[in-house]
Amino acid sequence: MNASTTERWDEFMEGIWRQNPLFVMVLGLCPALAVTVSAVNALSMGLATTFVLTCSCVLVSLLRKLIPKEVRIATYIVIIATFVTVVDYLIQAISLALYDALGAFIQLIVVNCIILGRAEAHASKNPLLPTLINALGMSAGFTLGLFALGAVREILGAGTFFGIALFGADFQPWVVMVLPPGGFFVLGAWLLIFAAIARRKNARPLSSPAQGVR
Amino acid sequence: MTSAVIPPQTTSAVAMIRTLGLIAALCGFIIVSAYQGTYDAVRENKRIAVERAVFKVIPTARSIVEYVASPAGEIVKVGAGGTAAVSGAVKFYAGYDKDNKLAGIAVEGVAKGYSDNVRILFAYDPAAQTVSGFGVVTSRETPGIGDKILVDKNFLANFPLEAKLTADLKKLANAIVTVKHGSKTNPWEIDAITGATITSRAVGRAINDAAQLLLPRIVPHLSALKEKP
Amino acid sequence: MHESAAQIFINAFLANNFVLAMFLGLCPFIGVSGKLETAVPMGVASTFVMLVASLCAFGINILLAHLGLEFLRLIAYIVIIASTVQLVEMVLKKYSPGLFRALGIYLPLITTNCAVLGVALFQTAREYDFVQSITFAVGAGAGFTLALVLMASVRERLTLSDVPAVAQGTALSLMLAGILSLAFMGFAGLGG
Repeated sequence: MNASTTERWDEFMEGIWRQNPLFVMVLGLCPALAVTVSAVNALSMGLATTFVLTCSCVLVSLLRKLIPKEVRIATYIVIIATFVTVVDYLIQAISLALYDALGAFIQLIVVNCIILGRAEAHASKNPLLPTLINALGMSAGFTLGLFALGAVREILGAGTFFGIALFGADFQPWVVMVLPPGGFFVLGAWLLIFAAIARRKNARPLSSPAQGVR
Repeated sequence: MTSAVIPPQTTSAVAMIRTLGLIAALCGFIIVSAYQGTYDAVRENKRIAVERAVFKVIPTARSIVEYVASPAGEIVKVGAGGTAAVSGAVKFYAGYDKDNKLAGIAVEGVAKGYSDNVRILFAYDPAAQTVSGFGVVTSRETPGIGDKILVDKNFLANFPLEAKLTADLKKLANAIVTVKHGSKTNPWEIDAITGATITSRAVGRAINDAAQLLLPRIVPHLSALKEKP
Repeated sequence: MHESAAQIFINAFLANNFVLAMFLGLCPFIGVSGKLETAVPMGVASTFVMLVASLCAFGINILLAHLGLEFLRLIAYIVIIASTVQLVEMVLKKYSPGLFRALGIYLPLITTNCAVLGVALFQTAREYDFVQSITFAVGAGAGFTLALVLMASVRERLTLSDVPAVAQGTALSLMLAGILSLAFMGFAGLGG
């Protein structure tokens, strides 16, 4: 492996592990908690976000020399909103049941701070290839995070995984897990696990609350 | 290093508007192509979803005709020659059986449930003047609690539910109400599920609101709906 | 469907609290709720933006429906919200520089507060009329402020207690939010 491939791989893994948008930077919480009542919903939401994040960042990166600095945020938002509208229609075309399950949260991808954050912090300063890799890494990290939440909540809250019953008929589901409080608890538990791992590795402590501002 | 200070770069207003216009045009183009590209698939999906829901609540139906009932009491078939939207018009579906006879009328109803609106589709049986059953279109009710409305045997035993109109056909003779579990005494009352009272009440209210609004408009024209057009 | 103004308000304020039951506006909720003195102005500023956004969204929706351009709705909403936030920012800067500095980075971030866009989207999806929309926006804003204030009060006390190092920070805030959310479930059905 030559140096540049290793670097790219590092860049990609950055989004999945060291800078995981959900577990480390604690961004994009709203969709992360609202739609993760089942593994399928979580995965679909992750893929929809991946599409919007990647397309928006690529476009921003291509147009980065053209976009006037003074109105860049407005431009980014318009670009993001465009791709969200596209994904909204795509999901309607693929499956109405899925569209109903995700509800207004598809359109709320617009205000997912990960996307605006990536466009502003990375895509606006870098050429196409690094932007693409970074965006894909971040998306993968976010999708994995959503999946981790959705899987735990579905297994505990409904006793199923991708709709397949895991336990016998005697299993009494923990309904609270698929209710709003369960979302907070499961994400909190994941954060605790990550914090514990980070401490054991004796790395620098996990992000302080101030880092999770957006 | 020279001491010359580089003035902060500013973009002229014209250039800014030009670039923004360009980007807006690009975005508009992307949106419109996505809208056009998925239009047919989305419509087809919606049609299939409606069909499936109607066939579920009217099991003997083999085909569906969509109508709207205007506030003036007129009934117009939807889709034939581009009907103009009448304000206050309400949509309903007439289901026809294999001999093209009216099997039932499916009406959508909506009411506030536990966590969001519960949208249901219920079947009205014109011959018996009852609500013969219902299905859920969208609901975000608590899994394992609110969704009992579809499986709870006692709750499903509420149907058929009486939905007779008064003699002048202006409103329901008896408003459909949800009552506490175990206190149902009349055929127009819905016996709630213990522990899911809010969702049960939402079903009752959704049926009552839609029936009060729509049945007085439909029933006078029933003879016109008897055969598939 | 006839939902009275009082029902809409109670639902948005308590029973379906925007933050604790619908998961909208979580980022500022976790980010700003450290101190009570910033929580209140943040809530009020967000409420104002929600109200203006709701009014504009109502107008835009009628206009777009009239022109048959519903697919532009999302873009129109987000642009309106961004401009409103900019406006609030300018007004605050001029008339209350102290508050402007206190809110700092969080002020422009109201744009990406999903609660604001959520108000606009939900009122469209539920086909609220003018009065209902305004009530909904005010209720949602009040609910957001309430959640923020409750959380900030708890977290202020928490700084005085001895928490295991591993649980400090966001993880603990989320657990707290979960407990608050459990408490708010008790309001369910209040709005009928």
